[in-house]
Amino acid sequence: MAHSISIDGVDRHVGAARSRVDGPAKVTGLAKYAGEFDAPDLSHGYVVSSAIAKGRITAIDASAAEAVPGVVKVFTHENRPRTAWLDYNYQDQVAPPGSPFRPLYDDKVHYSGQPVALVVAEDFDRARYAASLLRIGYEAEAPETDLTRQQDLAYVPPKKRSGIKPPPGARGDADGAFDAAPVRLREDYRQAPEHHNPMEPHASTVVWEGDGRFTVYDKIQGVSNSQSYLMAVFGLKKDDVRVISPYLGGGFGSGLRPQYQLFLAMMAAQVLERSVRVVLTRDQMFSFTYRPDVLQTVAVAAAEDGRLQSVRHDAISGTSRFEDYQEVVVNWSGILYECENVSLNYKLAQIDTFTPGDMRAPGAVTGVFALEMAMDELAYATGQDPIALRLRNYTETDHTEDKPISSKELRACYAQGAERFGWQARNPESRSMRDGKELVGWGMATGVWEALMQKSSAQAVLTADGRLEIGNSTADLGTGTYTILTQIGADTLGLAMEDVTVKLGDTSLAEAPLAGGSWTAASSGTAAMRACREIAAQVFTLARGMENSPLANVDFERVAFRGGRIEVTDDPSRSVTLIDAMRAGGLDRIEAMGSAESDPGQMKKFSHYTHSAIFAEVKVDEELGQVRVTRIVSAIAAGKILNPKTARSQILGGVVMGIGSALHEESMLDHRLGRFMNHNLGEYHVPVNADIYDIDVIFVDEEDQANPMGVKGLGEIGIVGTAAAIANAVYHATGKRIRHLPITIDKVLE
Amino acid sequence: MLIESGSPVAADTRIGISLTINGEARQLQVAPWTTLLDLLREELDLTGSKKGCDHGQCGACTVLVDGVRINSCLALAVMKDGAAITTVEGLAGLANRGAGSDGLHPIQEAFIEHDAFQCGYCTPGQLCSSIGMMNEGHAHTRDEIREAMSGNICRCGAYTNIVDAIEDVMQGEAAR
Repeated sequence: MAHSISIDGVDRHVGAARSRVDGPAKVTGLAKYAGEFDAPDLSHGYVVSSAIAKGRITAIDASAAEAVPGVVKVFTHENRPRTAWLDYNYQDQVAPPGSPFRPLYDDKVHYSGQPVALVVAEDFDRARYAASLLRIGYEAEAPETDLTRQQDLAYVPPKKRSGIKPPPGARGDADGAFDAAPVRLREDYRQAPEHHNPMEPHASTVVWEGDGRFTVYDKIQGVSNSQSYLMAVFGLKKDDVRVISPYLGGGFGSGLRPQYQLFLAMMAAQVLERSVRVVLTRDQMFSFTYRPDVLQTVAVAAAEDGRLQSVRHDAISGTSRFEDYQEVVVNWSGILYECENVSLNYKLAQIDTFTPGDMRAPGAVTGVFALEMAMDELAYATGQDPIALRLRNYTETDHTEDKPISSKELRACYAQGAERFGWQARNPESRSMRDGKELVGWGMATGVWEALMQKSSAQAVLTADGRLEIGNSTADLGTGTYTILTQIGADTLGLAMEDVTVKLGDTSLAEAPLAGGSWTAASSGTAAMRACREIAAQVFTLARGMENSPLANVDFERVAFRGGRIEVTDDPSRSVTLIDAMRAGGLDRIEAMGSAESDPGQMKKFSHYTHSAIFAEVKVDEELGQVRVTRIVSAIAAGKILNPKTARSQILGGVVMGIGSALHEESMLDHRLGRFMNHNLGEYHVPVNADIYDIDVIFVDEEDQANPMGVKGLGEIGIVGTAAAIANAVYHATGKRIRHLPITIDKVLE
Repeated sequence: MLIESGSPVAADTRIGISLTINGEARQLQVAPWTTLLDLLREELDLTGSKKGCDHGQCGACTVLVDGVRINSCLALAVMKDGAAITTVEGLAGLANRGAGSDGLHPIQEAFIEHDAFQCGYCTPGQLCSSIGMMNEGHAHTRDEIREAMSGNICRCGAYTNIVDAIEDVMQGEAAR
């Protein structure tokens, strides 16, 4: 494998392809997810969802439901227990500004599918059946869910969402330069709202431990977020609620905020003083967060040679009536290319749905799609090759922050991706390539995402048997965190991976941030490495202090940890095993904590991004309107790659979801009912196996100093730009610019 | 507006059935409305089979019934009286030939080797479906595997690796 990094001067597991350490648990069915933990006397809650999108509940008759044998209690707004009063208490760690939704709070209905009751019964069947017997009267008002009808009311969010940079101020004179430029394009772009649809529906199992104490198994991308939410809302002390989430059946952002099933399960458990499990149905997975509908206009202008003269990117994003959800949509258009006149504007408009939320590369998927399609249009308008146009406008500076970019091997992405794809054989003329009766199109686009690091800690314990355990509270959503932390621990202490155990997703472990934003490898990886290094230093001290120690008078810098031993780097015959060192020191265990956060100096000096170049081949059957993505090459510059095997899978996953955005995924609102109508996996299309052909992932070499590991994160970069590359390929194949995703048959045939 | 659905039913009437589950003969009393999936997950603590949609749309609940892959969420348990059920928990037991040193079925090993999963939630269904597909014997090429495996959604997008893993096992079987 190409990439191998060195820790303590020795190349071992880090940088090498390693199989997932949680693989055996996952292929044997032993890996347990939130809704699968059992408890004595467990009861089951079934959520009843609102049938209207807006209005109020006039009456709830629960008598028939309560009469079903085995029904324990029916919770509604009329009999719910008191919970915290202030909005502040409901604001989780990543809540946008506003008043978070409170389940069963009062008679008001804010959106279609809102939970309006929870039926708790002795078993799941009975709870579900009894839920069907609830008689609920509503007074309905007409909802407004059509963003296009709300855009005149769009506003700049008065309160910024923490961690989300608002658009920078204008630079130069974008409008003036646009008017003066010889080549001008201004188009509207739109990507359909999407739902995350992780395979595992959201679930919480709240285990009553007696005396007001709870163990909670929750589907969440960071257990500390659920814990602090439960403490604030239900008045619990930290010691009273432990949240555990060892595995998530996919998250993609849907598990960043505690969702309503957690509130409902805890509410019921607290009142009933018994264990309660609440699992959502697939259709209820369409009753909370989603990727927002965003109306975009991109105007680009260039000189005849393609040099950008003006970039203007305006976006109006849908949000709910109760929270101002914000993501970075337009800023990318001021980051990716060199241009002196840039105007970026981002507004919100309210509709009667739940608050949208972060979904894999939130904002970037949306904004970069529009920009990169506009760049392709500009390539045609100026007669440039799409790569040449991008190189002509290449920049090493983040002009939105006025800082150099810490590392940007995007040129290598273009070059290596193009070579692998065979781009030079492309005839730029649209409708020029065919394979039998199908039109063939080749398109490309650039991707970009932030390389972030969050404050994180990790604990490590070396025991007398020479085994290492590493832990913190972050989550592995399938991203490979268990595996990379195992590799890091094994290398730092010179152990076999089998001798290292990693524990995640438990509030009893060292505190770590939510798993999101592609920051986990950098943050938890660095913290774990430091905890292990601290252990290495301590065990070395023990080894050197042994009677007649082979390491006597040797400095820490001159030893290596290898094969369970500490050995002198230039004389490996002089060594001590970790086990002997522990025994000599009379210690059963050595514990250490490590922490990590981004270096303020580095952050002040540089901007940090991952980049990619995506190349797509589509084949289009013009008679049927069917589009197939037959080939993708995704070339990624993301710093050091810790594990090429799991890293590649991260990119594959992003690409597949990008193919979904381009061709399949669309949460369809019926504006009369105010409801997402295709709330199931038969009608909301996610790519299936037959939709996915060849995907080739390239990691280009990139050195970066942003963090001690030199990693930038991979969870999101694989999706950014993928849909644009496909849409550009569809244009190349057909001559049709389809600016509203997904590119469905009707649009191809139009 | 008044929303009302469903109607009361008589109290619980359980029906006796026999199932062989992962090689073990079981006598069970099940409610007539209990799906095979709910029986496995809720009553027998075999949570390896997953509920992703409960509508037969995602394939996470795929199990083998007498060697044939089915969506266990769409089958009532009482309909399978007398059948032999294999879930992900029993795949290693199927591997009386070609099992690896760790006792896993070759398809389980291939999934690990090819990184054919990420979150793991669709994996039990993908594994059972792969074996069912190979038992059917219709799929021989990558295109045919893709088509025949399209009843099992993987939201993490491990499809190309899943096909690699299956191809690997099919080639191993062919070589034997």
